[in-house]
Amino acid sequence: MNRKLLAGPYLIWMIGFVLIPLALIFYYGLTDRSGAFTLANIVSIATEEHAKAMWLSLGLSFVSTLICLLLAYPLAMILRSRGMGRTSFIVFIFVLPMWMNFLLRTMAWQTLLEKNGVINGILSALHLPVQSLINTPGAIILGMVYNFLPFMVLPVYNVLCKIDDNTINAARDLGANFWQTLFRIWLPLSLPGIISGITMVFIPALTTFVISNLLGGSKILLIGNVIEQEFNKSGNWNLGSGLSLVLMAFIIISMAILAKYDKTGEGSMF
Amino acid sequence: MNRWKRNLKRIWQDFYLVMIMVFLYAPIATMMVLSFNKSKSRTQWGGFTLRWYTEMFSSRNITSALVNTLVIAFLSALIATVIGTAASIAINSMKTVPRTIFMGLANIPMLNAEIVTGISLMLAFIAFGISLGFKTVLISHTTFNIPFVILSVMPKLKQTSRTTYEAAMDLGAGPVYAFFKVVFPDIMPGVLSGFLMAFTMSLDDFIITHFTRGAGFNTLSTLIYSEVRRGIKPSMYALSTVIFVVVLALLLISNFAPKKRQEN
Amino acid sequence: MKKRVSALSLAALTAASALLAGCGSGQEAASSNAGGASKGAGELYVYNWGEYIDESVIDQFEEETGITVHYDMFETNEEMYPIIEAGAVNYDVVCPSDYMIQKMRENDLLAEINFDNVPNIDQIDPAYMEMAQAFDPENKYAVPYCWGTVGILYNTQRLEELGVEPPTKWADLWDERLKDEILMQDSVRDAFMVALKKDGYSMNSTDEAELQQAKQDLIDQKPLVQAYVIDQVRDKMIGGEAAVGVIYSGEMLYIQDEVANLDLGYSLEYVLPEEGTNLWLDGWVIPKNAKNKENAEKWIDFLCRPEIALANFEYITYPTPNKGAFELLDPEMQNNKVVFPDLDSLKNSEVFEYLGEDADILYNELWKEVKSN
Repeated sequence: MNRKLLAGPYLIWMIGFVLIPLALIFYYGLTDRSGAFTLANIVSIATEEHAKAMWLSLGLSFVSTLICLLLAYPLAMILRSRGMGRTSFIVFIFVLPMWMNFLLRTMAWQTLLEKNGVINGILSALHLPVQSLINTPGAIILGMVYNFLPFMVLPVYNVLCKIDDNTINAARDLGANFWQTLFRIWLPLSLPGIISGITMVFIPALTTFVISNLLGGSKILLIGNVIEQEFNKSGNWNLGSGLSLVLMAFIIISMAILAKYDKTGEGSMF
Repeated sequence: MNRWKRNLKRIWQDFYLVMIMVFLYAPIATMMVLSFNKSKSRTQWGGFTLRWYTEMFSSRNITSALVNTLVIAFLSALIATVIGTAASIAINSMKTVPRTIFMGLANIPMLNAEIVTGISLMLAFIAFGISLGFKTVLISHTTFNIPFVILSVMPKLKQTSRTTYEAAMDLGAGPVYAFFKVVFPDIMPGVLSGFLMAFTMSLDDFIITHFTRGAGFNTLSTLIYSEVRRGIKPSMYALSTVIFVVVLALLLISNFAPKKRQEN
Repeated sequence: MKKRVSALSLAALTAASALLAGCGSGQEAASSNAGGASKGAGELYVYNWGEYIDESVIDQFEEETGITVHYDMFETNEEMYPIIEAGAVNYDVVCPSDYMIQKMRENDLLAEINFDNVPNIDQIDPAYMEMAQAFDPENKYAVPYCWGTVGILYNTQRLEELGVEPPTKWADLWDERLKDEILMQDSVRDAFMVALKKDGYSMNSTDEAELQQAKQDLIDQKPLVQAYVIDQVRDKMIGGEAAVGVIYSGEMLYIQDEVANLDLGYSLEYVLPEEGTNLWLDGWVIPKNAKNKENAEKWIDFLCRPEIALANFEYITYPTPNKGAFELLDPEMQNNKVVFPDLDSLKNSEVFEYLGEDADILYNELWKEVKSN
């Protein structure tokens, strides 16, 4: 009986530092500066600049998630076909950069992409025209892909490793070509991995303010930047909280959509 | 013909692996090279120097941030391990409904966006007049660490059988004694990996720390962020290189030295 | 989310951190941290701009007084204000700019300085105490630390390549030929100052029509802007990243030195725009909720000592209002007009004023529109 008491500290901690803080976001998000109830902070997502930032965030994180998937899937397939275990050196090589502090990784790209950065240095040494790479949406996508790629590779690779070779061989023996095996066998069987990869990439990309700050030259405003600025620069906590609630809603919706696919995916597995 | 085709496929695959590898490592390699560059310029090689390394180690900001990072990671992982393990034991003995509720609670910080978690904690600290600093960062890190401990202890607990524990009690052991003698050794690997997971999560965190840190308090992540926004100094490259080499060494040792511990 | 995935991969990699955790240095440091707080002379929480002090000055202060200094930095006034306002962190001494000092004073966030504890206040040139009266009418709350102007820095060689003549006024920052070549300041008031001054308005305008026009100007200028940055202007200009940048005058000495040292093959020049500019003054103030007010006064007094002010001037290179330190400089530096411009060449220039909460909100709204456009 008294075993259940062991959950006491946990319960107190979670109420104090998870539930109450969340309640505060709701409180600030639904009140104005004087503390009166209002929906204005939430509705303000519809104003031109906020809506634009939200769409841009959705767009950029969608594109980077797609690129991550397109890069990671073949990679995971190759790694699997080489029969490499979790601890093999090659797999290790692909996981290693993930263990670097992600700010340092982003900083590295700044060094590479700047006007007089390393890439342009190489281009001009080859007498090629210098490109403006940094402070563009492309640079932000690049930063997202670079930072979050391992989060796509790992879950996909983990699922692929569980697929039985016999299933693949059976499909081949029955005359399926490469594309047929890909769409009928590989993809359906690896769907859970893909789904969790997508969540791992899409959500941090959607909410980031660091990558857009460091690689976007503060010229490109994502929803994460708006929220961060409301708290750290403008000091309008009500608006910042209201927008956080909207962001939370978007996350919940996208996870619900993904969870639906995940279920059908698992259903077709057996 | 078939063999030729297979070779071609292999070449393509190797090419792809190499391309991704270049993509992943080019930035890191660049920073390592630049950390030894005498010239501050990023495109000109001004000769070899270790100046940026000495500058880095003599900077009081960097050393204190490093110490803070390690202390926070260690303490938050420790507290989270104690609270999380106790909670797991309790949850494991619960019926379905309360169990779902308790587990659901643990999922909130894991599923929420980090920026929202960070902001909500900051609002709470300020609302309750807790001044931002070491304490608040420690509390925040512990908060997001607890679910990881539960996540890794629960599966181990489910594997232990209640009968051995009861047998120990029948043989005259008190519940506490029986727990530490019988149950704990079984779940130890889970507790340990929970601790390590928590430790690593804490080391890597930026966003939550960014919102909950205060007076003169920096972890490596927040320090790097403000340095980078101020303009990149070569000593930051030196720091990256050191971190990379340390991580590389640790992972190499853990992955390729004695294989025995891997079983856990 | 991200965290969950890392957790997945951890299974294979956990043993790695075991070594880290085991190394114990963390624990020792924790106890020494805790020990520091109980030292006799007490503590001082300082909140200052980034790179705005010679670090050895802090050490010297600690040695001399036995006070433990906790030193933290901010990047913009706007970032600093809510932190002080919320009172979540009790800083003892802060170094905001003019208009922000006014805002803090008006919102009753500042404590009066007891000048009996700051005898070195005599060292501050009265001209600057007078300048400070713009935001601190009775000189009760603030002690001037640094001052300067905002101007345009340009890369002579890059402009030649582009075929653009050197800028002389803010309006030159709207020259179409400078596409992707301009670095603007990433803070609300500084950015609007440029546009308002260009249009011939006061930079303390609260007139909605004027501000809308300034906003439109900033939006029009955006394609020409390479990035909105703060302290990075300096390093980016030295690195030849952009042709022109809006910059604080105090960065110039460092820039000139650095350009000479690096042998870059181009020179960077500073110009005060004709339309007039922002004349700014940063000063030390003590927040009302400071816990170590006397230590804060000791700190301010210490910084007013001529040799300390000189050390700081040599490090940060922003003009000092400290006449004792000024007299210690060599004549060449005293006559450097970029660093110490004649006060009468600044006729059109203004000091930022605090415009009230409504205007603050309006500025922020408009700035967000510029940024998201």
